[in-house]
Amino acid sequence: MMKTKNTIYIVAAIFLALGSALHAQVVGKASSGPFLLKNAEIHTITKGTITGDLLVADGKIAAVGTNLSTPAGAQTIDCTGKKLYPGMIDGGTFLGTAEVNSISLTIDNNEIGNLVPHMEALTAVNPNAVAIPVTRVSGVTTVITSPTSGLFPGKSALINLFGYNPEQMYAGFKAEVLIFPSNARRGRFFRQSEEEQKKAYEKSLKDLNDIWEAASTYYKLDSIAMAGGKKFHEDYQPEMKALSEVVAGKMPLLVEVNRKEDIQAALKWLKERPNVKAILSGVAEGFKIADEIAKSKYPAIVGPILALPGREHDAYDVSYTNASVLHKAGVKIALRTGETENVRNLPFHAGFAAAYGLGTDEAFKAVSINPAEIFGLEKSLGSLEAGKTANLFICNGDPFEPSTTIEQVFINGWKIPMNSRHTLLYDEFLERTPGVK
Amino acid sequence: MNSSYPIQTKIDIKMKNNIIIKISVLMIILLFAYAFVRAQSGDIFIKNATLLTVTNGIVEQGDLLVQGGKIKSIGKGISAPANVKTIDGTGLYVMPGIIDAHSHIGIDVVNEASNPVTAEVYVGDVIDPYAIAVYRALAGGVTISHAMHGSANVIGGQCQTIKHRYGNTDPSSYKMEGAPRTIKFALGENPMRVHGEGQGIVPSTRMGVEQVFRKAFSDALDYKAKWADYKSGKTKLAPEYNLRMETLADIIDGKIIVHCHSYRADEILMLLRVLKDFGITKICFQHVNEGFKVAPELAAYGAMASVFADWWAYKFEVYYSTAYNAAILTKNGVVTSINSDDAELIRHLYHEAAKTKRYGNLTDEEALKLITINPAKQLGIESRVGSLETGKDGDLVIFDHHPLSVYAVPQMTIVDGIVRFDRKNDPKDMRLDIDPEEKLSDTYIMHEDEDRCMQDVTEWLFNTQNK
Repeated sequence: MMKTKNTIYIVAAIFLALGSALHAQVVGKASSGPFLLKNAEIHTITKGTITGDLLVADGKIAAVGTNLSTPAGAQTIDCTGKKLYPGMIDGGTFLGTAEVNSISLTIDNNEIGNLVPHMEALTAVNPNAVAIPVTRVSGVTTVITSPTSGLFPGKSALINLFGYNPEQMYAGFKAEVLIFPSNARRGRFFRQSEEEQKKAYEKSLKDLNDIWEAASTYYKLDSIAMAGGKKFHEDYQPEMKALSEVVAGKMPLLVEVNRKEDIQAALKWLKERPNVKAILSGVAEGFKIADEIAKSKYPAIVGPILALPGREHDAYDVSYTNASVLHKAGVKIALRTGETENVRNLPFHAGFAAAYGLGTDEAFKAVSINPAEIFGLEKSLGSLEAGKTANLFICNGDPFEPSTTIEQVFINGWKIPMNSRHTLLYDEFLERTPGVK
Repeated sequence: MNSSYPIQTKIDIKMKNNIIIKISVLMIILLFAYAFVRAQSGDIFIKNATLLTVTNGIVEQGDLLVQGGKIKSIGKGISAPANVKTIDGTGLYVMPGIIDAHSHIGIDVVNEASNPVTAEVYVGDVIDPYAIAVYRALAGGVTISHAMHGSANVIGGQCQTIKHRYGNTDPSSYKMEGAPRTIKFALGENPMRVHGEGQGIVPSTRMGVEQVFRKAFSDALDYKAKWADYKSGKTKLAPEYNLRMETLADIIDGKIIVHCHSYRADEILMLLRVLKDFGITKICFQHVNEGFKVAPELAAYGAMASVFADWWAYKFEVYYSTAYNAAILTKNGVVTSINSDDAELIRHLYHEAAKTKRYGNLTDEEALKLITINPAKQLGIESRVGSLETGKDGDLVIFDHHPLSVYAVPQMTIVDGIVRFDRKNDPKDMRLDIDPEEKLSDTYIMHEDEDRCMQDVTEWLFNTQNK
């Protein structure tokens, strides 16, 4: 017995000694606070920039101020010369539901069918997707992850990029996605003739209206039945149930729409349905009708910024300037990358928007407080204020500059290991041993 | 029908006159064309700018004179001859024109996907001078790109180094005079998918890819030997001329630089062994996402690497990638560049290079080399371009901020001393210059989920599989 125990100890010791090698692909564990971040340049976003301290406790920002006293058990982090920012929020990604894009069995965001609004992206979020640590070490702490394909592909969800199950990651906002019918030609493999395309477009519009009418009817009958304390349908109709919440204005509708004429059609469609809490997403050609969008009062999640113009004859920089044009017209904007594995580039998308007219301050709002407000989470996310969720990062410069190092990220108050597959491979291979023998 | 004679004569005279007029017009056109070709290089003087020479440090408040399309002088207090267009560079940054060692812009087709070996085809035959992507690349400061064949075949077609002389309508005006010949090879998933999965022929594995190379080069050696025998009089009958074999023989003879699409460490090492066996030394690996794993081997062979700044995970062979690839390769002594392979990415290669400051802490100069002198070396044009040096081509980009800042906006791009992009005179609508076949009412929202290297392949498979 004793011998076995010794063996265990020896084996354990060997494992510990080999720890670094054995854990070459392990990101590491997060640690919990409280943390007192001392003497930082705190970019609150909503209440100016101050030099002071920020206390993280119980997953929240417990206090922001000068000369905060250190609570018992708190770990102090000296932030002299450093900057603090709220974690950046990406308003549209496929993060967590897609692992390797070319391998369909690793893609969980595109269920079969035109009408699958009962699908939940959150269900398929893999908390251990390799891209998640890769993303969060860039200061992006929170993203919308969306289903795609068809008309109603399901519900997108806002997730924090730390947690061991989707519920821990869920950040309190969901929206039904509508991929608004488009008359655009899609990419280089698009094979439809103009006539086929027109037919498909018209059918798609008709499908949308038919579905909507059915959902509205379902909602009315369901409401009447509910008022009478009864269940309206014995049949299981999850699609209609899901959409009826959008009809009722309880569940927001994220309208994916990019082409000018399609945006106009979507605005018209929405105008006829004033109950719908709509958020526009994509909005690539919004700059062409910025005033119309502003007039509609719908917020817009714009992006990707690093994208080609949709039309050959458009000026080369329209994707860079789009966010700025919309903002100046009075549209409430947030930004999105539309990415999966490179959501980490959100600060660079924002940086380009900033350089091409939006300015750094507005661009940072568009990846922090603006999306929080659009999602109705302005009380818990998007700025450094006492009482909000402790999603934030420490850096040594402008967070949009590639030369800036994001030094430490906190998500839900957890101090996140600043490792990812990319950093671990760097550590292992920078000076490979053995080299060439 | 006697009366028809005079009429016929009249017609003849008219036709003769017509011919004379036509010849005259042609002569005039030719003269203009000559003048136009002559005007393909220009003079320009930039005063009081920060000059990022790349190879000789930074000249603050420096002047730079381009004459006849070449850099005449660099330094402080240079004066320009009268009538030379002068740009006040106060507060601006000037760097050498950006070079993209892997691109598919400015060409009509990318892949001749019909055989695992198509060394005979040539991208220089399909240049599209109207491609708007070339103008957009200029707007991102890119003056030269390597217009490559795609990656459908193990040995693809020959590529063409092009200068972005946008505004010309003659395809050949894009070709960079004197640039060495290059050819595209491809390893891994793409040729395996196209030929193995698609056609049921070798290669369907990375083992098969190796053997396609070995067979092709062995055939080329055989071909060379037959011609040598004929030329020495050993045989009387000339062998059949074969352009594919000629090209492969030229690769063996070091007349063509190999640019090989690759991702995984094992396949990179495989190609190095094959090349060694056939005595081929000029090799630049493209994409080479796992190059960081075999950086010492690449350095030892003298192989170069042209990589993405951060693209990964779009297919399985790039799943084990790191954005620190360029830094690891650079620090291991591999001549490394950052490329685009993409009409969007090519517009901000300066930003892609800047990412190496975050991913691996490269210096400004190391980062700038990744998009200038290093890709120039990979294309064999480093004596002509890639740095601000006297005697080199007048290919320049002027930025309002340091080009490695996210706030940098290219203001002007100059090719051979001629301004090809000027942000102040950028048309809001490019309609005069577009392809007449484009449908103006349609938006082309691209949904790219693979590298551009596979362009035309799906099209081709679709057509063949339906036959």
